Formats: sequence, structure tokens, C-alpha cells
Amino acid sequence: MLETMGKVEEIIALNDNDKERLIQILLELQKEFRWLSREVLERVGKKLDVPINHIYSLVTFYSHFSLVPKGRHVMSVCVGTACHVRGAERLLDSVASAVKCKPGCTTSDEKFSLDTVNCLGACALGPVMVADGEYMSNPTPDEISRKVESCE
Amino acid sequence: MSEVAIRINTPEELESLRDKVISARDPDATVVSVCTGPGCLAYKSHLVAENIEAELEKHGLADKVRVSRTGCHGFCERGPSVVILPRQTCYLRVKPEDAEEIVKTTLVEGGVVERLLYEGSDGVKIELEQEIPFYKHQDKVVFGVNKYIDPMQMDDYLAGGGYRALAKALTKMTPKEVTEEVTKSGLRGRGGAGFPTGRKWDATSRVEADQRYVIVNADEGDPGAYMDRGILEGNPHSVIEGLMIAGYAVGSTEGYIYVRQEYPLAIDHVLYAIDVLRGMGLLGENILGSGFDFDIKVHKGAGAFVSGESSALMSAIEGRVGEPRPKYIRTSVSGLRGKPSSLNNVETMANVPLIIDRGADWYAAMGTEGSKGTKIFSLVGKVLNTGLVEVPMGTTLKQIVFDIGGGMRGGKKFKGVQTGGPSGGVIPEAQLDLPVDFDQLASAGSMMGSGGMIIMDEDTCMVDVARYFLDFLADESCGKCVPCREGIRQLVVVLKRITAGEGREGDIALVEDIAEMMKDSALCGLGQSAPNPVLSTLKYFRDEYIAHIEEERCPAGVCKPLIAYWIDPDKCIGCQKCAKECPVDAISGEKKEPHTIDMEKCTKCDTCFRVCPTKVQAVTKITRAEAEKLGAPRQVEEAGA
Amino acid sequence: MSDTVTFTIDGKEVSADKGTSLLMAARSLGIDIPTLCHHDELADFGACRLCIVEIDKGGWKKIVTSCLYPVEDGLSVETESEKVIRHRRTILELLRARWSEMPRELIEKYQVPEDRMETESTFCVMCGLCVRHCSERKGANVLGFVGRGTERQVVAHEEPALKYCRDCAAENGMECLAVCPTGVVVNDFALSPPHMTPKGTKARPVRARDNENQEEVNKLIGD
Repeated sequence: MLETMGKVEEIIALNDNDKERLIQILLELQKEFRWLSREVLERVGKKLDVPINHIYSLVTFYSHFSLVPKGRHVMSVCVGTACHVRGAERLLDSVASAVKCKPGCTTSDEKFSLDTVNCLGACALGPVMVADGEYMSNPTPDEISRKVESCE
Repeated sequence: MSEVAIRINTPEELESLRDKVISARDPDATVVSVCTGPGCLAYKSHLVAENIEAELEKHGLADKVRVSRTGCHGFCERGPSVVILPRQTCYLRVKPEDAEEIVKTTLVEGGVVERLLYEGSDGVKIELEQEIPFYKHQDKVVFGVNKYIDPMQMDDYLAGGGYRALAKALTKMTPKEVTEEVTKSGLRGRGGAGFPTGRKWDATSRVEADQRYVIVNADEGDPGAYMDRGILEGNPHSVIEGLMIAGYAVGSTEGYIYVRQEYPLAIDHVLYAIDVLRGMGLLGENILGSGFDFDIKVHKGAGAFVSGESSALMSAIEGRVGEPRPKYIRTSVSGLRGKPSSLNNVETMANVPLIIDRGADWYAAMGTEGSKGTKIFSLVGKVLNTGLVEVPMGTTLKQIVFDIGGGMRGGKKFKGVQTGGPSGGVIPEAQLDLPVDFDQLASAGSMMGSGGMIIMDEDTCMVDVARYFLDFLADESCGKCVPCREGIRQLVVVLKRITAGEGREGDIALVEDIAEMMKDSALCGLGQSAPNPVLSTLKYFRDEYIAHIEEERCPAGVCKPLIAYWIDPDKCIGCQKCAKECPVDAISGEKKEPHTIDMEKCTKCDTCFRVCPTKVQAVTKITRAEAEKLGAPRQVEEAGA
Repeated sequence: MSDTVTFTIDGKEVSADKGTSLLMAARSLGIDIPTLCHHDELADFGACRLCIVEIDKGGWKKIVTSCLYPVEDGLSVETESEKVIRHRRTILELLRARWSEMPRELIEKYQVPEDRMETESTFCVMCGLCVRHCSERKGANVLGFVGRGTERQVVAHEEPALKYCRDCAAENGMECLAVCPTGVVVNDFALSPPHMTPKGTKARPVRARDNENQEEVNKLIGD
């Protein structure tokens, strides 16, 4: 915990304790810890003199912030329009049943998180998903389960 | 990095640096341009580049041939794309293991690797990039330079004339003349509604203030549009130069680039470019000795479509929730920190240096009466050639979809094209001859938006498309005003009901009441335009809505509760492919005997339909009524999320 | 005189100071325009859109929100044009789906249909009056929005609640409740004010409290 708070203070200091940089600070913290805990948010609020209701309005407004720990493996399914017309919903269903968790959720053993993203800018590959950084173009249910099984 | 941090203090010093860069380069030298845009990177084009370099080393060509890792070339469908300059030999779908043959055959022996060339549907192979139909019908004024530019090499941008426009603006033109030139060019904002850029600058510059701001909106949020990413990742300096010129024109010393954090490469490239410019004195105080001071800050967006709205974006830069501001006052009068601010899209900014460099008349000669210049579109969906394309305004939809896009995938029938993202609409086949510009798209009930073009074929359900966009907006609306928050909620309820076959009489009238109210009464542009996808599909594809409601039938065979999968026993050859792939073991049958699907077990994942050999096509989608006749259970709730 | 402007509302000629809103100008004439989220002493919010009116600016007609739109010379304002009535009816219909006890007079005056929409009565219409009162006027920052889009909610945060709510309630009775226009939440909230939040709950919904709703909030804020 001490170490965590040290990092929080460091990141805030690197941003000149500037209230205007609140979103930038939270993005850096999200990147550092992969989620934002209540303790971290409370510290940020105290340090920058931003009330807790403002902090929570902000972190629950922007989709990039996660307020729960993310899984060790992240599956992102693109649900952009181009992928949608090429069957993204079907792909999402398949991935959800393979990792046994709903879109936007993390499995209780914190092994998998399943996210949807609005456009990966890889429309030619649609429907496309990214499994731990690896792009998969229109995978079959079989390919998905093989990928899922390969995750530790 | 090859950049030498020498300070450039005058336009003359800039020109002599440019001369040095150009003269150090042999115009006939071979350069291997490897696309490292997002689509190609997904197919490991970074390894292609690495392997080509290693092979060059092996053949002792490392000093003679340069490998350039560039931004998006455009032809994403057939990526990774490798273009060998100056000849323009274009290799497509290049794999890392192809490097050896490319280097040996082309770079050592001067031949061509036939198998990596473009091959049309007629079987004819084409070697040169500009002769490939996808590229031949384009006019790549802004985007064409991408293949010559490594975004991490300032020299590449300088060699192409970079920052010449800035020098011209700062030393030969007054801010007013710059604005007038942009106004005269007819440039309109590429981000959405197409507001004239010059007029926006003029309005911002006229407001009395101690500071004004210029901001680039790179929060490309339209799902299915990625041209801004293509420009910012591939040619960051063009956007920065445009922003600097805008800053000079409106009287600002501080610029912002608001980039969504989902584009980490774009952020890296922009930050790097800014660093280089600071080192050279091209950002900072007294730029080029002109007395103009300017610096740029990068703000990362944390993921909110509504932040594309100008006042919401400015709130986000101030570190607050990105909600639209409840005020009838333009951000050009009171924007970021209450100061006059001009917000321009990435593509708009990339056009600015070209206009200043080559003049408004050159620019205004391209395009239509009301929309000048070119526009970059992301041509995606069910079209054969997916990618980023740039055409003069006024090019018809038909030319874009068929000449450049190569028509539909799998020989399907064209049904419509969705433009303008969640704020736009669908344009039907009957309007394929529509010349694409701001005004024509608006009069057809859609809009330009940022330039996403999603092509739909006969297998796309228009009610489902409308539902898709509303679902998107239900999550992306800020939720502040009643028309948008509650209106979208009810529209989603009705459309889900219709796509589930539970539509009621009066549903269409209800949708229209809510939609009309939202258009007039919502707080911001997002809410006002949110009903467009449903209104335009109702306008052109009303019969599909009626089929869902009155006949419980999805004509495109998309809406899961309204279809079932059935194997035609007369066609099935018993190859067992579908049975093997079925994730829920719903298919049974002996080898070489017709198979059957257990409709109670079937989750309608479409796998069997996709794996059934095209010559056989025994797996068929049937309607709910037909399935019930065959004894299938009736689905009460909609399957899936 | 450059700081007053002259225009018409429902055919009556009016003069008003520059910067005045159309709503204020109309009210000074005794013309009633319904509002939910507006409060004279709080910052502009513009969320409920009930106060829409139709303006005519030299032949160019447009629907605007009267609480935000500043008076302008030569404007012609209609507070109950056919379009205004029609849209206001739809807005009320949307609100009614969330607020089952909407006052009869509103329902009758605008003939708000009852059964076309899916109702899920939360009694909170997200007017933000309580949130703004608590932050802007009291500086307590107990109440706040969380989430966005159709998932948006108003919650009370425990930490500042323990600090401020008891005193605020003792002085004037729960002020946040006094500004709430929908009433039902008032009773619910008053029975168990924020500082009496159950142990272990870091923030709780302001609207009708049932377990499901508390779970939604917990999920939103990650607790």
C-alpha cells in the first residue's frame, strides 16, 4: 500500500499537482495499476483538492477507467459498425461463452476480462478481436476455445 | 533517430536545411515502404520490415536500400502492403517469410515476385501501385504522401516541402490574410457538420481576449472510421503544421491536440514530433524569427464519444467530465477556460498547409460548388476492398463503392451505405449516383460526419443497424438531458422489441414522435442527431420494419429470434463439417447421410452456415414461422445481450 | 439604450435587460413555462428541456430552451406553439415512465399518453437540483452523478455525508430534499439520510432504494 501511494504521489507531482490534469493523472494511474482503487482515488482527491463526488463522476463517465481489478488476460472484441455488419455480435457471444463472462466483466478468478471496443481501426479484418494483444480475424468458436485454453 | 537538433532561426535556414536533406538523398535510390498502419501491423508488418532489413544486410544492400516504416497506405484489405519506390512496385498480403524472396528477386535481381502482386477478379496481375483499380480512381492529395513518410523521421516531411507553408504564413502573410486564404479555399470542417474553417477562425480571432486557443480534435469516435488515425499516425507533422498556422491566424500561442488514448501510436508519434520541433526552435518563442510564439500540449481522451462535441471536449481538457455545456454561446467566443477557441478536426488541419503552400485557387478547383477539396473515407463493411480512400468531393457513391471498392464481397447484392456514424444515416441503392459532398449527403437524410462509409449488402438487416446505433448511443450519451437519455432508452426498448419479433402496432409512430422531439430539443449535437440512423432507415427501408412487426420476419436473416437454421436433406452431402464445428453439439447425422439440427439446442451462432461448403449450401436460414412448422420452440426473449 | 432589448413573447412586446433568459422574461409577464431542473439560485443546467419554446428570428424558426436562451432584439417567441406542445408532451411522456406520480395537472394539460412507453419508476428524473444544491450552495459535495448514458444515477457518498449531513439537517431540515421536485424520493431519503448509510456502503443511490439498485451503484463505483 505504501508503495502504491508513493507511486500515486509521484505521478501527481510529475503532473505539477495540476487539477486541470486530473484526467491525465488518472489515465497514468490506470496504466500503472490496471485499475483505480478507492484508496487511490481518495488520495488523488485529497492531494488535488477535488471532492470525492467529482472524482467518481469523472471515473464512472469515461469508459477507459476500471474500478475493479482487470483479469490477467484481456479479450477485446471490436463492436464498431464495420465489424457489426460482419457479425461482431456473434463473435462476442462465442468469446463470452468461451471465457464464461459477460462483456464488460471480469471472471471471479480474475483470469479473464472481456471488453468491447468501438473501433480498433482494423476494419478490413472484421469481425476482429484482440486476445492479449494478438489480433484474431473472424475466428471460429474452435479457434477461440484453443486461444482461451492456452491462457494460463 | 537521424534528426540533428540544429536550431532553425529563419525561413532561409529552413530552406537550406531542406536543400541539405534533399541533396543527401539520391532520387533514384530504392526505398522499401512498409505499411505499419493498424491493419497491416495486425498481420505483423513490423516483422516484414525487420526481415527485409536483415535480408538486405545479408546481400550487402543495407547501405543502398532504405526500409521505411510508414503509416497507412490505404489498401487495408490486402495488407500488409509493401511498395518499392521509386518504381512503385506494390506487393500485397506480404508475410514476414516473403522478405527473402522480395529482396532476392526484386532488389538484387530487379525482377518481380508475381505471386505477391495484385490480382483482379479477371485474374490479371498488376505490378504498379497507381494502376491497381483501388488506387487508380483515387486522388490522394492529403493521404498519398503517407507512403513516403516515416513518422519518426522529420527529414521525410521536410523533403516533401514540410513547414514551407508555415514559413510562408509567418513571414509573408498577416494572420488576416491567412484566414482569408483558407476562407477563399472553401475548406469546410472534416469532423462532422462541415462548418467553413475560415469563418470559424475569423470568429475566434475577432473576440477581444488575452489568450485564444486552437485545438485539434483527434477523438475519432465514430465506430468504423479511422482516417484521422491514419493521418495522425502516418503524418503527424502535417497536422501540427496546420495547427501552428491556425494558431497564427487566430492569434493564439497555445495549441492542444486531443487524442483518444486508444491510439497510443498516434500519441507517441505526435509527442515525438513536438519534441523534435522544440529542439529545432520550430515550436517555442519567436518561431522562424517572426515574433510568433507557439507551443502544443497533448491531451489524452479517456473514452467518451460525446467528448467529440466541442464544449464537452474543452471541459475534458480542463480536467472535468466531458459533458456538453448548457449555453447558447459558441466556443469560438467562449471555449477552453472561457477564452475564444477554435476546434478543428485532424483531416481539416492536414489540409491547411497544402492550401497555404499551393494557394486557395488550386484547392478550390477540386470538389463541388459547396464542398471543396478531397475527402478521405474509411470504406468498410461488406465491400470487397476495405481501406482508406481519398477522392475529390462530388465523386459518386457508385464510383467509390464499385470502382474503388470493387463491389460487394461474395457476389452479394448492394443494399445501402451508412455514412456519418451514429449521427448519420443509411443511403439506399436508388441513390448510388449521389455525388458525395456535405450538402448532398445532408439532403439525402444522412451526413458526412468524419467520413466512415459502411457498406451493407442484402444480408444486413436495417432494423438491426438502427438498433445497433441506438445501443451504442445508450452507452455513449452523457445522460444529462431528458430527450437524449430517456429518448434513447425508449427507442432501444422499441427496436429490441421489433428485432425480437414482438413489435406492436403504433411502434413506428412512437419511434417517430420520440425522434422528432429529440432532433429539436436535445441539449447537444449528439442527442439531436441520435435519431438519424432510425429515421433514415425508416425513410428508405420502412418495409423491413413492417416485415418484422407484422410478419415476424427478418428479411435479411439477421435477427436471431426471427430465424432458425435448417439443413436441407436434399442438398446435404454428410461431410460432417458443421457437426464438428458446432460449439453446442446441436447437429447430428451419419457420415455421407443428411444431417439435422436440434433447434432446441441451437444457439444460432451461424457457424454451421459459414462452414457449409459453398458448393453445397445445405445449411439454410429459415423464418420463425417455417421453424415452428418444423416443431421448433418459440423464443420468448431475445437471445444474447 | 444598448443594454436592453425589445422583442415579443406570445405576441406581447417586452423589454428586458441584455443577458436575461427568455424564461425569466416570460415569467415577468406572468406567462407560465413548466420547468424541472431550473433554479434561480443555481447555475444553469439545461437538462430537463421542459421549458422549450419556439423562436422566430427573421423567419428562421427554431426550438430553444428558454432557461438558457438569452433575450435578443427583434425575436418573436412562442411559448406554446403546436410544435412546443407536441415535443413537451413527448418529454413529459418520457419523464412519466420514470415518475409514476407526475402531477395530474401536467398530465392533463399536455394530455400525456400513459401506456406507450416502458415504465420503470425510479422517481429520480436526474434534474440535478439536489446535486447542485449540495455542491454549489452548501459546498458539501455529498451528492453526485455516477455513470453516463442511460445508466446515469445520483448517489450520496458516505465520507462527506458523515461530515456534513447531520448539521445540514439540523439547521434547516434536509435541504437537498426540499429542492427535489419528484417527492417520493424525499420520503424515502428522509427516513434514512445519507449519514445513516448502512455500514460498508460507500455510496448509495438517491432514488428508490432496493437491493438491486444498490448493487447497480456498487458495480458502477467498483465497491
